[in-house]
Amino acid sequence: MAENKEEKPGEPKAVSADPAVNEMLCDCKELPAGTVWDRLAKQTPQCTFGLDGLCCRHCAMGPCRFDAKRDKFKYGVCGVTADTVAARHFVRMIAAGTAAHSDHGRGVAETFLAAAKGEAKGFEIKDEQKLLQIAMDLGIEIGSRDTKDIAIDVGTCAVAIFGSQHGPIPLLKRAPLKRQAIWKELGIEPRGVDREVVESMHRTTMGVDQDPLNLIMQGSRTALADGWGGSMLATELQDVLFGTPQPILGRVNLGVLEKDKVNILIHGHEPLLSEMIVVVAQDPSMVAKAKAKGAQGINLAGICCTANEILMRHGVPIAGNFLHQEVAIATGAVDAMIADVQCVMEAVARTAGCFHTKIITTNYRAKMNGAVHIQFDEHDAIGTARQIVEAAIENFPNRKQVHIPNVQCDLIAGFSHETINYLLGGLFRAAYKPLNDNIINGRIRGLAGVVGCNTPKVVQDSAHIKLVKELIANDVLVLQTGCAAQACAKEGLLLPEAAAKHAGKGLAEVCEAVGIPPVLHMGSCVDNSRILMAATAVVKEGGLGDDITDLPAIGAAPEWMSEKAIAIGQYFVASGARVIFGATFPVLGAPGFKDLLFKGLEKTMGAVWDFEPDPSIMARKMIEAIDKKRAALGIDKSKERVLYDMAMRRELDAG
Amino acid sequence: MSKIIASAAIRGAHKIVERAEKKYAEALKKHGPGKEIAYPNTGYYLPIIYGILGIPVKTLGDMKPVIETCRRILPQPVREMHHLPYLAPALDAGMATFFAEEIEEAIDHYLEKPDFYQMGEDPSPERLWLGAADDVIMRKRGVEFVDGTAPGFAAILGAPPTKEIAVKLALELQEKNLYVFMAADTEGRTMSQQLREAGVQIGWPTRLVPFGPRTSATVFAIGFATRAAMSFGGIEPGDFRKILIYNKDRIFAFALTFGTVSDEWYANGAGAINYGFPVIADTPIPEVLPTGVCTYEHVVSNVPYDKMTAKAVEVRGLKVMVSKVPVPVSYGPAFEGERVRGEDIFSEMGGPKAPTVVEWTTSRPMDEVEDGKIEVIGPDLDEVQPGARFGMAVLAEVAGRTMQPDFEPILERQIHHLVNYAKGVMHIGQRDIAWYRISKDAFEKGFRLKHIGSILHAKYHGDFGGICDKVQVKIFTDPKKVVEILAKARSVYGRRDARVEGMTDESEKTFYSCTLCQSFAPSHVCVVTPERTGLCGAYSWLDCKAAYEISPTGPNQPIEKGKAVDEHKGQWEGVNAFVGRASRGNVASYNAYSIMDNPMTSCGCFECISAVAPSCNGIMTVDRDYPGMTPSGMKFTTLAGSVGGGAMTPGFVGHSKYYITSRKFVRAEGGIKRIVWMPKKLKEDLRARFEKRAAEEGVPDLLDRIADESVGTTEEEILPWLTEKGHPAISMDPLM
Repeated sequence: MAENKEEKPGEPKAVSADPAVNEMLCDCKELPAGTVWDRLAKQTPQCTFGLDGLCCRHCAMGPCRFDAKRDKFKYGVCGVTADTVAARHFVRMIAAGTAAHSDHGRGVAETFLAAAKGEAKGFEIKDEQKLLQIAMDLGIEIGSRDTKDIAIDVGTCAVAIFGSQHGPIPLLKRAPLKRQAIWKELGIEPRGVDREVVESMHRTTMGVDQDPLNLIMQGSRTALADGWGGSMLATELQDVLFGTPQPILGRVNLGVLEKDKVNILIHGHEPLLSEMIVVVAQDPSMVAKAKAKGAQGINLAGICCTANEILMRHGVPIAGNFLHQEVAIATGAVDAMIADVQCVMEAVARTAGCFHTKIITTNYRAKMNGAVHIQFDEHDAIGTARQIVEAAIENFPNRKQVHIPNVQCDLIAGFSHETINYLLGGLFRAAYKPLNDNIINGRIRGLAGVVGCNTPKVVQDSAHIKLVKELIANDVLVLQTGCAAQACAKEGLLLPEAAAKHAGKGLAEVCEAVGIPPVLHMGSCVDNSRILMAATAVVKEGGLGDDITDLPAIGAAPEWMSEKAIAIGQYFVASGARVIFGATFPVLGAPGFKDLLFKGLEKTMGAVWDFEPDPSIMARKMIEAIDKKRAALGIDKSKERVLYDMAMRRELDAG
Repeated sequence: MSKIIASAAIRGAHKIVERAEKKYAEALKKHGPGKEIAYPNTGYYLPIIYGILGIPVKTLGDMKPVIETCRRILPQPVREMHHLPYLAPALDAGMATFFAEEIEEAIDHYLEKPDFYQMGEDPSPERLWLGAADDVIMRKRGVEFVDGTAPGFAAILGAPPTKEIAVKLALELQEKNLYVFMAADTEGRTMSQQLREAGVQIGWPTRLVPFGPRTSATVFAIGFATRAAMSFGGIEPGDFRKILIYNKDRIFAFALTFGTVSDEWYANGAGAINYGFPVIADTPIPEVLPTGVCTYEHVVSNVPYDKMTAKAVEVRGLKVMVSKVPVPVSYGPAFEGERVRGEDIFSEMGGPKAPTVVEWTTSRPMDEVEDGKIEVIGPDLDEVQPGARFGMAVLAEVAGRTMQPDFEPILERQIHHLVNYAKGVMHIGQRDIAWYRISKDAFEKGFRLKHIGSILHAKYHGDFGGICDKVQVKIFTDPKKVVEILAKARSVYGRRDARVEGMTDESEKTFYSCTLCQSFAPSHVCVVTPERTGLCGAYSWLDCKAAYEISPTGPNQPIEKGKAVDEHKGQWEGVNAFVGRASRGNVASYNAYSIMDNPMTSCGCFECISAVAPSCNGIMTVDRDYPGMTPSGMKFTTLAGSVGGGAMTPGFVGHSKYYITSRKFVRAEGGIKRIVWMPKKLKEDLRARFEKRAAEEGVPDLLDRIADESVGTTEEEILPWLTEKGHPAISMDPLM
């Protein structure tokens, strides 16, 4: 378990590093289902077999449990070992995570195709440049063709990637050449997104794949179908439809809710509908309707990753991360919570029942008792959005007591990998070179992706904050997505001023030079593909090896809880980036499989998993790993300044 | 970029763009969009705009899209709290600044006040400021950047607090062989005025260039750099990224600021950083130390004056080779163009008013040369009256294991610039027409005739160590001795000329490559043959041969010419193979003697360009000093733009002046008889050699049947004249 805030005797244990949450808990005491923390307390102690990945219920001969120390639990009914069971679970988690991101991606691709054909009112191609880039990467002819035709081809090709049977999927070509060769050599180039998920499910069912190494190879192939397939397509096509994010000022925490306005909280993951809600909420006729109901206007705010999507592109404030979803409702100020898919706790419907909040589900895949369902129709997205905003306005007069904690913080978001490229050199000299240079000269020690969720098993945000502060204090530039980014944003780490306050001297100098925060918000959890692209861009810029595995870079998810995090972790490892997870890890009871993940994969993938619940030790391990890469690159020692004479200039490459 | 700098740069850019917008609007109202506007005699229009945006501004109306671009890329001001990233916006603001300033200079100083700047290389008593360098200057000076005699430039904004500091800084920068481009003022002072008041010679010849009094004159420095990338680097206009990277990698420039740095200066500084040019300030402004856009630091501040040059050179990552020559005056290429005249002359040797000076370098057996021995036979400067005029013989005797008689003229020819590099010594001519002036200042600093020996000893060893093991120098001022040496030298000259005359491409198995300019023109390769010198005119086959001896891995490599593919057109298997390799596969084969069929590629430093004149059935040849229009419909500079950059362009070829009188000059198309047009001055320069060649071809008066600008500058104008003169080209086989 992660460290707790300093406890004083007699005071209840703090559940969150966020004062807004702790303030709201007083309002949550009477909730019939309690809060996520209450329910965790009731569930504790949890089943250790389950925790450690040692419970197999894949067939009706089971459930079987395993314990290496006890002979009777050495084999399952079918004779399966703990290692095989843990591996199967792990691969199934990857498949589920991949399915989540990719079903999201498929939805985006389908809407994109409809938009390209002019069949999705309200959607348009906003970033033509990016469309052309994707078209090239997908091998679609550009020439002097019409944007519309190119977009239709891109959409058709994108949709086909999900169901494709024969790979490799085209976006793998974006990776460094050496990495592509490794995938080919290992035979883990994904053939199609759906196919890999289906095969993973097949291979993990009773009596199929009983070899942990063989299983994790399929797990890797599935995860790559996520990172370089479903997730990447979701990010890329969203950028084309809604604009590639650029740096933008935003606000975060419950204080962004406004007492006198209709508050609409957008929760979940897909920006398709929420983009339209952003448009509709600004519509004067809607504002007039809100005023007619006694409100001063309409206030949109986000929760979880949808929040990140609309923050990155519109500066819409964030009410909070994953663990804020219940306490936000408890403010009594939320007139509607719009939920699509993923990370929506069933508890919100129950909590909403105690207040006036309307829970509106919008995706046929994700319905909930106690919620109103308004199906999102991509062909009339504006119409759906209108209906939803109107429902929220209608609900405004039903408010009872309102208690909004006066807690919020500004942040800078919007660091897409394209934007980083621009930020480092401007329109005329855009390049990753300044980043590489300053990694090489040691001002920046390395890069860390700190991503993932919240979990009530860790004092909310505490591990993120502690880890990230230690990393930046040691000159590691931190890239963030998802709820992790929101955690650090609430602490003020996503502000440029944080560099002088928290970062080491070298990193602070670079931040001051570029004008960036020491922690860069790159988007939602599906946008971890942006980190892959950024890492690849660093490799391609040169001077830091020729594969992602050579980079002084590492990933972490200290407060993870979703299966999606495991899929992300595996696609990072398979792409050559070491990752380290906190909180808990689902293979700890299976020493053989744990060894394979934590050590064995180094040989084939050039990267491994690790687990460390203490964020300080995690930071130390990450810095050590970065230093090891620096030493391997020979950039651990400072170099003499090179002065150029004419002969040296002649030897420079042409162009 | 620090926040303070970025905020100021963006503010400054807004002011500058607004001002340019206003001036543009006013000018448009006054003159209308069709009004022509240009910097003088350039094929690069407003060069930064042309290079970066690819927009050729020819009229006022052409400025519209540029102004719009400025507006589009001009960023929002930087917020005080929680600002957005500002490095990239500030860099963009810097580029907008340059575009706007080019427009402003064009309108203010070329359209409205066309007499504001002095044309040419030197300021006049009335006009201190030179403004934009024309293409003649740019090419002539650009070649120095190419061959390394000038490693870069310092762009100066403002002026140091005193004249004395200005003089010292200028001298230090000159000693590092750098050009000094001066603009803007500090509290009314300009460095150019400070230098002029202190009696320092300013202008292009001494590398101390007074561009203009305003901050906006910075664009003349940046425009020079932008043109270098296009003309020597062969980069297409509009390929902004390549132009900027080229400058970062190859043009070692930096900016020095004096006094308070205004928002406008910051804006210009941000622009310069795009080019990889760092800023060194004397005041305590914020520093930007992380590397990336520039090679090392971006802004270094609070540098004391005595450390400024050294700091700037270090920050820019420049290694300056300064040869230590034991003379009591400053020494370096920046002093080559310095004049000594009138009141300044202490003593004069040779030239129209004083008895003859002869220079002779010869090789001797090892045991006959005592290295470092320098003798003055006859009176030295301290033994003559000020203003004395006398004759002199300079005899340099060289011994070396790899020394060959063929190298003697090469070493001898160096005397001109080697002696000229000494501050206060002016040298003109060579052989028996050499002419020296020594300034009073140099004399007072202790310069004596023996120092000519010190220079030759030091530089022959330094620059030609591969062939010179021992060097001794005798300087004769005793008139009887001078006459003696003169007679011996003249007979040697005669033998040498006969030897060079007798050398043909057929008689040599080995040619030499020249890739000296690959520091600037990375894909170009010259093939130098006995009858075809390098196209810059600076490297003959013998020069290359000597250079190879001196530096076996250097830019001049032997090429075994191999079997002839086409002897007449000048194509050999060995040469093809070499060129294919050296051009990185861009050129598979070429014909050394043809203009139409796979002619040789050209860099940017050619002395002349020949182009087909189709209706005259001939070719025209223009040299880079001729600024006017030619019958090709293009000025030299425009021609250079279409021929340069390592490209092969049938119908066009770049070459040296010397090559015109070679027997191999466009032999495939009929040689010298094809020339139908040349500038008048070029005709006169070449007259003696040309007439000799023409006689060999059986047309002794050919030169007078070749048209020049006095006849016309279009084919229509010259054709009747050529017909009337019975020019041989008219009746030759059709060229096309």
